[in-house]
Amino acid sequence: MRKTWWKILAVIMVGSSVIAGLLGPVPELPILNETIRNVYYHVPMWFAMIFLYLISVVYSIKYLGSSDRKHDLIAVEAVNTGILFCGLGLLTGMLWGYITWGDPWPNDPKLNGSAIATLMYLAYLVLRNALEEEQKRAKISAIYNIFAFPVMIVLIYILPKLTDSLHPGSGGNSTIGSLDMDNYMRPVFYTAAIGWILIGVWIGTMRYRIRLIEEQEDTFDNSAA
Amino acid sequence: MNFLEQVKVLVIKDIMLEWRSKAAINSILLYVVSTVFVCYQAFKSVDTLVWNALFWIILLFASITAISRGFTQETQHRYLYYYSLVNPKALVFSKIVYNSVLMTLISGTAFVVYGTIFKSPIEDLLLYFTAVLLGAISFSSVFTMVSGISAKTGSNSTIMAILSFPVIIPLLIVLIKLSLHAIQGVERAASTSELFVLIAINVITIAISLLLFPYLWRD
Repeated sequence: MRKTWWKILAVIMVGSSVIAGLLGPVPELPILNETIRNVYYHVPMWFAMIFLYLISVVYSIKYLGSSDRKHDLIAVEAVNTGILFCGLGLLTGMLWGYITWGDPWPNDPKLNGSAIATLMYLAYLVLRNALEEEQKRAKISAIYNIFAFPVMIVLIYILPKLTDSLHPGSGGNSTIGSLDMDNYMRPVFYTAAIGWILIGVWIGTMRYRIRLIEEQEDTFDNSAA
Repeated sequence: MNFLEQVKVLVIKDIMLEWRSKAAINSILLYVVSTVFVCYQAFKSVDTLVWNALFWIILLFASITAISRGFTQETQHRYLYYYSLVNPKALVFSKIVYNSVLMTLISGTAFVVYGTIFKSPIEDLLLYFTAVLLGAISFSSVFTMVSGISAKTGSNSTIMAILSFPVIIPLLIVLIKLSLHAIQGVERAASTSELFVLIAINVITIAISLLLFPYLWRD
């Protein structure tokens, strides 16, 4: 937890990918033009989100086995951070869509799927608020979290592939990576992806530690009173 | 008793409970018929796209109303008794089976009433029936688990809607697409991927329900 090397690595990776992404050369392509640089920011947001939701579901499964409150706190903070990255992914995507498609929110299965997946995780947070008792809250929300995860995968990754979509990588379109990226872009892209995932995990662990301190203060107050 | 026998006994128990009072089934059927009439008064006539969407929305709300009662109609004490007798997996599986039967009945009635009042534009009746049947099973497999979760929260109806709508939307999208194929009379080979996705999602949800339910009931 207190090891710092990967945090430094995260900052270096994101920093260097920002510099190389904004200053480096990109292939000149029709429609995309310079906006192809957005692939360094938009796509890693979703990678980070999926990674955080995956952490959350793993700790929810662990919670059901262990009933350890820490596992529940990790799960919920991973979801909170994941929602943040989802919002950033939607924002960068809307910006990109506005320039290339001329519309920030076309009626597209990929976009709608990701919005609905966000609703599902917001429902998870609402469910937590609806339950008063701590252990019950942890257990039932863990169950819903595990139940929702495969549906989220279907929504974001499987359904858009089946239907017509504007979005690269779905509806028979090729991904940006396989067609449009040249050999200079690839290393920058992977650096950005790993860097942002690490940043996401870092934010998540920080939120988790703040939550732990808050809980400790609460229990201390209770025992004093 | 082994797993399947337990499921059989529990399903028969649920059907008998329902048959004695007939409260749920009658009220849901009345609900469906009156919703169809309200829609008819509001729309008079609709094009095929709206026809299809409206039908699934009516079914969606009917199934939420029907299935959300699943775990609350009997008292908590009685569940405690069941849990000491049967395997929790058998209990949740029996609920899914029972809800599927109930939903098939409700959606079949809804389909007949809806198709008679609004003129039915369906070309491929068999495929549409398959879609309705798969829809009934999908609704019950998803909503059974969600209603089990929301029954634990006490404040039932809002939580039920919030939790279940995002989870059901992928299924609903595929169902609407499949049934639109049936209406337009697209050749059946074109619908295989939708059928496959529906069956796959159902298998996954039922498997996850079976895995998770033992944790849910233990309080």
